[in-house]
Amino acid sequence: MLINPVLASYSDLAYGTALVLYLLAMGLHAVEYAAGPVLVTAAAGRMAAEGDGSVATLASPHNVPPPNVPPQNVPPENVTESSLHRGKPERIGRSAVALTGLAALVHASSLALRGAAIGRVPWANMYEFTSAICFVAVAGWLVVLYRQSMTSRQPMTSRQPSAAAALQRLGAFVLLPVVVLMFLGGTVLYAQAAPLIPALNSYWITIHVSAAATASGILLVSGVASVLYLLGAGDSSRIAARLPASATLDQLAYRTAVLALPIWTFAIITGAIWAEAAWGRYWGWDPKETCALVAWVVYAGYLHARATAGWRGSRAAWINVVGFGVMLFNLFFVNIVIAGFHSYAGI
Amino acid sequence: MIRTHPVTAVLRNTWRGLTSMRTALMLLFLLALAALPGALLPQYSLNPQRVQTYQAQHPRLAPVLDRLGFFEVFASPWFAAIYLLLFVSLVGCVVPRSVEYARQLRRAPVATPRNLGRLPHHARAESDTAPEEILGAARRRLRGWRIAEREEPGGARTLSAERGYLREAGNLLFHVALLGLLVSFAIGKVVGYQGQVIVLADGSQFCNSGPLAYDSFTPGRSVDGTALEPFCVQVNAFTPTYLPTGQPREFRANISYQGPDDLATARWHPYQLKVNDPLRIGSTRVYLLGHGYAPQFTVTFPDGQQRTGVVQWPPVDMTTLLSEGTTKFDPPGVTEDAVRRTRQLAITGLFAPTAAFRGSLLSSAFPDLFDPAVAIDVLEGDLGNNSGRGQSIFSIEESMVSSGRLKQVARQNLRPGEQLTLPDRTVVRFDGVTRFVSLQVSYDPAQRWVLGFAVLVFGGLGLSLAVKRRRFWVRVTPAGLAGTVVELGGLARTEAAGYGEEFDRIVADLLPPGQAAPPVLTGHQSRIAVEGRRASDADQSGSGLL
Repeated sequence: MLINPVLASYSDLAYGTALVLYLLAMGLHAVEYAAGPVLVTAAAGRMAAEGDGSVATLASPHNVPPPNVPPQNVPPENVTESSLHRGKPERIGRSAVALTGLAALVHASSLALRGAAIGRVPWANMYEFTSAICFVAVAGWLVVLYRQSMTSRQPMTSRQPSAAAALQRLGAFVLLPVVVLMFLGGTVLYAQAAPLIPALNSYWITIHVSAAATASGILLVSGVASVLYLLGAGDSSRIAARLPASATLDQLAYRTAVLALPIWTFAIITGAIWAEAAWGRYWGWDPKETCALVAWVVYAGYLHARATAGWRGSRAAWINVVGFGVMLFNLFFVNIVIAGFHSYAGI
Repeated sequence: MIRTHPVTAVLRNTWRGLTSMRTALMLLFLLALAALPGALLPQYSLNPQRVQTYQAQHPRLAPVLDRLGFFEVFASPWFAAIYLLLFVSLVGCVVPRSVEYARQLRRAPVATPRNLGRLPHHARAESDTAPEEILGAARRRLRGWRIAEREEPGGARTLSAERGYLREAGNLLFHVALLGLLVSFAIGKVVGYQGQVIVLADGSQFCNSGPLAYDSFTPGRSVDGTALEPFCVQVNAFTPTYLPTGQPREFRANISYQGPDDLATARWHPYQLKVNDPLRIGSTRVYLLGHGYAPQFTVTFPDGQQRTGVVQWPPVDMTTLLSEGTTKFDPPGVTEDAVRRTRQLAITGLFAPTAAFRGSLLSSAFPDLFDPAVAIDVLEGDLGNNSGRGQSIFSIEESMVSSGRLKQVARQNLRPGEQLTLPDRTVVRFDGVTRFVSLQVSYDPAQRWVLGFAVLVFGGLGLSLAVKRRRFWVRVTPAGLAGTVVELGGLARTEAAGYGEEFDRIVADLLPPGQAAPPVLTGHQSRIAVEGRRASDADQSGSGLL
């Protein structure tokens, strides 16, 4: 099982192409965001949400009344005045989403070519792992958009952008960390395609590392949503005014975290099983293991905080952001700076 | 009025405080915070050399950190205090919730609220179907739900249904399994042991007879080393495979072993020991952790006597396996200690499996054994190994050199078969090289329990996050000749991802199109209202786990 350098070079080409496409899509999303209408209802909903944790606020920029008020009674003035601008920015955003989808396909082919070139799963060093995380994040983001557009297919009573459109304009914020990570991956962390060293040569690499990459990618989306929640919760700045309702962001952060935590748990457990076979013990407080556990504990804290009075909202969002910080720390600092068993996964 | 004894009151309040959700949260964060120094600072248990380096670099800070246990975080009392408190808090939370859950399982679903229209999900229709038929249809549609039917004073009949009890079961399972995991982990640490040993790959044997057979041995608290599982391992050969770049591809040790049952029959089983693939004998596992070279030297003393030494020289460069070490000799036939201590020999220096010379400076070009060479210093004098102090087999005592009692008498590069002659006509010959493997033996009978509980943790977490606890109500009120008024309501107790959609589907099945009073207010529009309600639910239940 040796390397196919032709396939590997095509993989590198696809990687670069995907990065450029992500960058373009991010630019389009940025235009959409800047030119998009201010979401008055979102801001209003945010204020209500801040005031009282248990009040019924609005799920989306749809102008939906509280459930006990018949919807016919909505006064039309309540619809935001800037809805006249709707259309063009949203169309730009849609092309950005299409471009993101295309980029994700190119990205997937980069991973697949790399895998074909080396004859194994393409995530055994930091370059490959970062690439996989970014792909999962983008794919997860596209799934979120798709599901949102499915659920919000209902008669438009207002001329507001749909919930999907409101979410869609967050694209720039989701793509920003992806572009940064992929740039770092392609430059600083880049590693030539090579076969595995004996310590990594195990079928557990497929199971354990795939789970870790999937969880990390989803948690990236979750972390972005919480950062935006905190940006929006802070004040009524221009950033906040264009964000979707804080409840939408909160839900996005929560649901992605709820999905990712079992996957992360699985990654830790399979990591322990592999460690038992490779290093003679299933748990040895290696820096990587310790940080993975710390991240797990922080995310467990996040879920608990959301079920605790007085901790919902901004505090929970902060915990989620800290959790993602630990994940990044674990990926970069622990691999590069601290010597441990996972150091060979380094550059 | 009942007056509580003040001590009881303090105890009760402490208990309540400890088991409250806020305390649990704080403890979780403390645990995360307290674990971080274990990752950031070097740890004795992982790498004692790095701790020493750190201590040398930070002479002021390190003693303080050392006293506070920062170089042994996971064995420190404060770390133990945090996780013990956390688990006490967990028990205090799980026990009452299990009782409450058992009670809920026996209780019928809650009565139908008076005004279903106030619920986050609701629908209303007038139908010409008889109440009994509608309820029957609802009962059939809600198969799998827990159902209770009631009659109301005004003649209306209601049906309450609830589903998703497994959520709380998963939640409780998750937390109990965490406890089990911790306990099994602790048991494994107490009754288990780990030992490392270096064995020459020339047919040498290692037997698990006791701690002395190991180069290093880390026993659990209850291990006294007298009852180790008996087995023997014989390392016949070690074969590494490398890429042309020097990157290792595969390490394989050809070994034979005897398990506890074979010791009497002297039967040996062949085995290929590889990285990632330990030899498992009962609860004991043997791992191939590392490898290296042991150069062989023969010293011919002036009186013609010969001594041969084969000592492992550990690699200093893991990519080229350039190795460094010392082989020590005592002069033969010298009984008088004072004389012996002037004529001890030490061969110390570098070994390269594939020699690359820059001038006369030896380095290694490749990790495999293609063109071995040594660059050695020969020292003569007092090795200091009878001073009562322990001495590393890998190096000489530097103080002996600096005090002049151990003097360098020769320095030369040698290839296999080459030799050098000392001023006193002693001949040192580099015979060749033998590979060695470093093996680890681990014993942890509790690890299968750890795995079992870890699987339960995962399953419980999955259940508690995936299952949704939700309620559905039907009220049918006879409305004179016109027929029946049907009211439906739904509420998800937990953050429902999509209960609105499920509710809509049930409504559509129960009320054929055209019957439902438009507009049916559907779930996704009112999701936040559900959250609001859910939030207040959680508030009432006080300290909730999730």
